[in-house]
Amino acid sequence: MNTTREKLVAEPERYEFSAAPMHQFELARREFFKILGAGIAVFVVAKDALALQETAPGSRSFHNEELPKEITSWLHIGEDGVVTGFTGKAEMGQNIRTSISQTIADELRVPFESVRLIMADTALTPFDAGTFGSRTTPTMTPQFRRVAAAARDLLIGVAAKEWNVAPEGLIAKDAKVTDPASGRSLRYAELARGKALAQNLPAEDPVTPATEWTLAGKPFPKVDGRAFVTGRHQYTTDIRLEGMLYGKVLRPPSFGATLTSYDDNTAKGTSGVVIVRDGDFIGAAAPSAHEAQIALDAIHAQWKEVPQISNEEIFSYLKQNAEAKSEDRFRRQKGSVEDGLASAAHRLNATYTVAYIAHAPLEPRAAVAQWTDGKLTVWTGTQRPFANRDELAATLHIPESQVRVIVRDTGAAYGGKHTSDAAIEAARLARAAGRPVKVVWTREEEFTWAYFRPAGVIEVKSGIASDGKLTAWDFHNYHSGMSAIETPYDVPNQQTEYHQVPLILRSGSYRGLAATANHFARETHMDALARVAQLDPLEFRLRNLSDARMRAVLEAAGKSFGWPGKKTGEGQGFGIACGHEKGSYVATCAEVVVDRASGSVRLVRVVEAFECGAIVNPDGLRNQVVGAIIQGLGGALFEAIEFENGRIKDPHFATYRVPRFRDVPEIEAVLIDRKDIPSAGAGETPIMAIAPTIGNALFEATGVRLNNLPLAPNGVQTLNT
Amino acid sequence: MAKPMEIEVNGKRYPVSYPPDTPLLYVLRDKLGLTGTKYGCGEGQCGACTVLMGGAPRRSCQIPVSAAATKSITTIEGLEKDGKLHPVQQAFLDTGAFQCAYCTSGMVMSSVGLLQTNSNPSETEIAQFLQGNVCRCGTHPRIMEAVRQAAKRMQERGR
Repeated sequence: MNTTREKLVAEPERYEFSAAPMHQFELARREFFKILGAGIAVFVVAKDALALQETAPGSRSFHNEELPKEITSWLHIGEDGVVTGFTGKAEMGQNIRTSISQTIADELRVPFESVRLIMADTALTPFDAGTFGSRTTPTMTPQFRRVAAAARDLLIGVAAKEWNVAPEGLIAKDAKVTDPASGRSLRYAELARGKALAQNLPAEDPVTPATEWTLAGKPFPKVDGRAFVTGRHQYTTDIRLEGMLYGKVLRPPSFGATLTSYDDNTAKGTSGVVIVRDGDFIGAAAPSAHEAQIALDAIHAQWKEVPQISNEEIFSYLKQNAEAKSEDRFRRQKGSVEDGLASAAHRLNATYTVAYIAHAPLEPRAAVAQWTDGKLTVWTGTQRPFANRDELAATLHIPESQVRVIVRDTGAAYGGKHTSDAAIEAARLARAAGRPVKVVWTREEEFTWAYFRPAGVIEVKSGIASDGKLTAWDFHNYHSGMSAIETPYDVPNQQTEYHQVPLILRSGSYRGLAATANHFARETHMDALARVAQLDPLEFRLRNLSDARMRAVLEAAGKSFGWPGKKTGEGQGFGIACGHEKGSYVATCAEVVVDRASGSVRLVRVVEAFECGAIVNPDGLRNQVVGAIIQGLGGALFEAIEFENGRIKDPHFATYRVPRFRDVPEIEAVLIDRKDIPSAGAGETPIMAIAPTIGNALFEATGVRLNNLPLAPNGVQTLNT
Repeated sequence: MAKPMEIEVNGKRYPVSYPPDTPLLYVLRDKLGLTGTKYGCGEGQCGACTVLMGGAPRRSCQIPVSAAATKSITTIEGLEKDGKLHPVQQAFLDTGAFQCAYCTSGMVMSSVGLLQTNSNPSETEIAQFLQGNVCRCGTHPRIMEAVRQAAKRMQERGR
């Protein structure tokens, strides 16, 4: 843990992007078709900078055969007419297996049911940096559209040659190519028969515009839905291999503790148990997890612990330990904040804080590792299979070509499954045991040894003119991150800065990153300014916004909600907030009721308008938007990781409260379909406005301004004091 | 110490040998290969491991295998009959009441348990009954809808 802690400094929130080299290697076509069978294959070779973010150094291989470095996706049409798409992206509940399949079917003009996807397998799929940052829909989906368009052209070409006619007049539709002049047609399956045609294509081929989509844009149900409702889908945690052992890892009593003495004589005596000590790693593999735990319990290990700060002191610590001067890339400036404040009719200063929270995906971190002739195969639920492969290779001192990582459709991640911890643990134990080993983290391990959404402090100074227009905006985020840090409002004088602080708890990506923290501070502050200006919060926002898409979602949310709302009872309040990030726009309205006597909070109703360009699958999108609201209300109202001296104090579902059925309000998601705008991702942005919306509603209900997340873990306590 | 016993799961009897306090969950998953029942917390706090024991929903991570030996157990794998989904499974499928779907087995089993004792539950009763089942993806409204739909279909079928 020591080394990990030292390495993980600075920007806790960022996704792991890397740059790509531009080397080109010959494609091993023969090998490719040997494995997939005869047919037609098309590869997308990334040329645009956006797509390059999805590629990175390291060898891409197809059963260890080199492929062009820039390939980001590929497609195969077999002799049976089955269309197979290959992507390094992983499915973990965000429903991209369905949305990508729809896109392929749409562009290739085949039935949805004939498309299957091979995902996130380092031996079978092209390199991909990871499934994060709402990148799949804006980058991977269009690539599949291009690859399908090229495959369609290729099929038309084959038919034209067959019939000895010009390809221009031929039509590809319903999985066949038709010649309208003669009326003859050939099915794709027939055209692919006996062929081994492969084509690389540049990534900028013209594709079907959203206005002409037939299968994309429709609410297709989740692929393999039946496997999920019958329990047949095999997650990583469900894998059982011949002779497999179960692994457990001895955890230090606290973060940063170092081993001072160690005695495993008793544990080693147990038959069928393998004990591994390698550096600071101590683990056991046994025929059952229970026996592995008994073995670990028999190890006498003593640790030297170090005193560490607690969640009580975290915010003052973050302020005191911020880097004296932040790097240029963390600063944005426009005009003069001093002048803007000086000329303001009203000024407002406020400080906001955001607690650490946990992802708590229901499927814990898990991995199954198997060594065969020096080669390692690891099944693990991760968002970054290729990075996991590289980390496994580096940690175990073997070449990357000897490691294969396979990701089964996973029991969620929310940004929490970037690292390869469980994979490394299973691989190390399996190597020692000479048998496959499965490691499944306990819930307590999940809450303790994974990583968190970082805590943060945000300071805002602002000024408005007498007409309610912003004159100055000064925004400083300590530790939580840069995402959506810049204000979408029109402010002539603004300064925005992210201040790095060395990590306290292991922290990393969380759905939306710091967009939630930054929106909480900004939109709470905007609400407070609206009160100062004596303007309606919606009107105040519109007065300071020229971005048409931002205005559109605000107005749509307000309209569906019935803003400004009409109070019909005691303790009732309405709130509104908005924002945009990663190419999509969100505005949220909420109604709360606070019980005057107890301070308890009831979230009654939420309306959220969301716009992410052309909608690929409205059904899947609705699930993501509603899901983000519900997940977000946890962090807004009550979720917080409590810690002291390197220990997590609430590492159980009994103590760390997550949203449950009775917390869920009436929810309306208003989806705005903009077919004229390229599709953006939707996994993250719908979460980021819910916290300030609830906070603003609570202010209206109680007159108490809550500037700290979570807002009301024990109700609105200040009411009674 | 391991103790030989027999447990009845999905209408079949299985001889098993386990220490009596071993949670039923691990016997189902690791010995019988019935992996549809999920581990979520091991503490009875998330409902992912819910099975029916004598018809009532129980957290299998909290049930010692010895206690299970006297009752008939139904897991998610036992709901489908002759290739036909249970109405609750069908309703989850029809309403798209899952995202990552890791909680789905437990949600389905708890809902089956609810509808066995209350064929027409109110909104509040469904929420109350499923309060112990965690869905981290936030699919709760659709799960509620699925239970309502299943209740309706089962009532129609029962008529």
